[in-house]
Amino acid sequence: MLLTGHQRIALEAMANAIRQSIIEMLVSAGSGHTAGPLGMADVFTVLYFHTLRHDPSNPAWEGRDRLILSNGHICPVLYATMAHAGYFPTEELNTLRKFGSRLQGHPHREFLPALETSSGPLGEGLSQAVGMAIADAMDKKAGERRIYCLMSDGELEEGQTWEAGMLAGKWALHNLVALIDRNNIQIDGFTENVMPLEPLADKWRAWKWHVLEVDGHNVAAIAAAFDEAKSVYEKPTMIIAHTIPGKGVAEFERDFHWHGKPPDAEQGEMALRELRATAQQISSEPE
Amino acid sequence: MLNAALRLNSHLFDDDVEQIAIRSGFGDGLVRAGETSPLVVVLSGDLTESAQALAFKKKFPDRFVELGVAEQNMASVASGMAAMGKIPFITSYAMFSPGRNWEQVRTTIAYNDRAVKIAGSHAGVSVGPDGGTHQAIEDIAITRVIPRMMVICPCDAIEARKATEAAVWTGTPVYLRLARNKTPVMTTDDTPFEIGRAQTVWTSAAPTVGLVATGALLHKALLAARALHDDGVDVEVVNLSTIKPIDEESLIALAKRTGRLVTIEEHQIRGGMGSAVAECLVRHFPVPMEFIGVDDRFGQSGTPEQLIEYYGMGRDAIMVAVHRVLER
Repeated sequence: MLLTGHQRIALEAMANAIRQSIIEMLVSAGSGHTAGPLGMADVFTVLYFHTLRHDPSNPAWEGRDRLILSNGHICPVLYATMAHAGYFPTEELNTLRKFGSRLQGHPHREFLPALETSSGPLGEGLSQAVGMAIADAMDKKAGERRIYCLMSDGELEEGQTWEAGMLAGKWALHNLVALIDRNNIQIDGFTENVMPLEPLADKWRAWKWHVLEVDGHNVAAIAAAFDEAKSVYEKPTMIIAHTIPGKGVAEFERDFHWHGKPPDAEQGEMALRELRATAQQISSEPE
Repeated sequence: MLNAALRLNSHLFDDDVEQIAIRSGFGDGLVRAGETSPLVVVLSGDLTESAQALAFKKKFPDRFVELGVAEQNMASVASGMAAMGKIPFITSYAMFSPGRNWEQVRTTIAYNDRAVKIAGSHAGVSVGPDGGTHQAIEDIAITRVIPRMMVICPCDAIEARKATEAAVWTGTPVYLRLARNKTPVMTTDDTPFEIGRAQTVWTSAAPTVGLVATGALLHKALLAARALHDDGVDVEVVNLSTIKPIDEESLIALAKRTGRLVTIEEHQIRGGMGSAVAECLVRHFPVPMEFIGVDDRFGQSGTPEQLIEYYGMGRDAIMVAVHRVLER
């Protein structure tokens, strides 16, 4: 179902608010990852405010869709989105990475039970999502709820993701939708220099996946891709979302140096000024 | 003498004592577990027959997943299935699971608090001809350091069956350490079993050394105990099949009764069951100890019996260790 103009603007405004929260959290924490969380804000917004069947007031609801974040290091965007969705107060976001916080440096469901998995070590999320999808297939519940898995492109270098990809293809898990944050950067540089991944779509097609490629900053296109996945009944779906690392703050965009460091107070203020200006533009867009 | 209360196999000292592979007792337990709980599912990494998942697969084909040669994936897929309410058993050789997939076991199973059961067959040098690559002798060490993980090393096929059935209900990750080869059946259907409970299998009126054994080497410990008795040395033999959580109370009581211990395991001395016993006793009731196990070496090809003797884990080596600890 296509988004209305009103829905699109509301999602863009929410993604902007989430980006502002990410900047505030990272400045307060003094450590953490900047580029990935900013780059994935639009995907997270579409999922939590459009696609997912979930109930923030009842995180343990059995019928909920499951969202597995495999590359746990981008958790600032997960936490910020969950807070804006109502899972916990946004005031709690500034406890990120601090002693006693529910918002651990990498997601830990023992501290925050609303998380589906603990994650951080790369390449393990897809396997867990595949396990969930197989369990539902065994129980004939594949039509009742869907399993979503978000991954980075760099983590595809872990062989385990290929083991999981083959198994999902073998089982034709149509209740499984994975999304790769194709931002082309990782810690040591650009992915195609560190370890070439292309032709990426062909690789997943070879494992018997239905593959879509979308602009990871176009909320309407992202929503349409998740909708299309629901109509695919013979395969798992892989969405390759092309994103710009650091999206929304010109100085951070496309620079792999921002993969693993936070803005300082001054850089944070600069980023927030830019994001607030963008918010003004979004609110004045015609529907 | 044998502890009559445990209703052990009365033929266990016979030359023709019945021999069954511990791993096959696991296979029987797996089917029973499947009958008991519809939530039990089994995952296999291309070792279905050898790792003893075949009977389960035949009986419950809809609750069986073949993943191919991919142990890392297997551990994490099982975690995902557990998240949806299943009670998964992952089956492979101990060298690969929990060996190769240790970090997946740590992060996606234990850290994630998912009650996956890890069955590692082919543990110990008694794997035999396959050689050192396939002889897991580090697996107790790497599993018992993981929080939430229970570690069980059954002494025979019957105990393996009971441990497998019991593992279903712990609500925690469990590592079941299993041996490939046929070994003497020491227990019976009537022998009590409880996870976390050490059992005195050989008693003496005034024991001077306590032997603590895990796995099939318990039989060697009993052979040593009988021969030592004939030589005028009385010992007590304990089956420590649950290595974690360790039965501190029983071990402290044993140390107090005997004043000296020898631990016996088919595993590296460093980090194994003996280390776990030492960690307990050093804190609560230190006594002189000797360790029977592999002394910082890798395995090799040979018959199981040759290898047990070569690495110093046979009856005579245990008797020597008893005399050594008595001299301290």
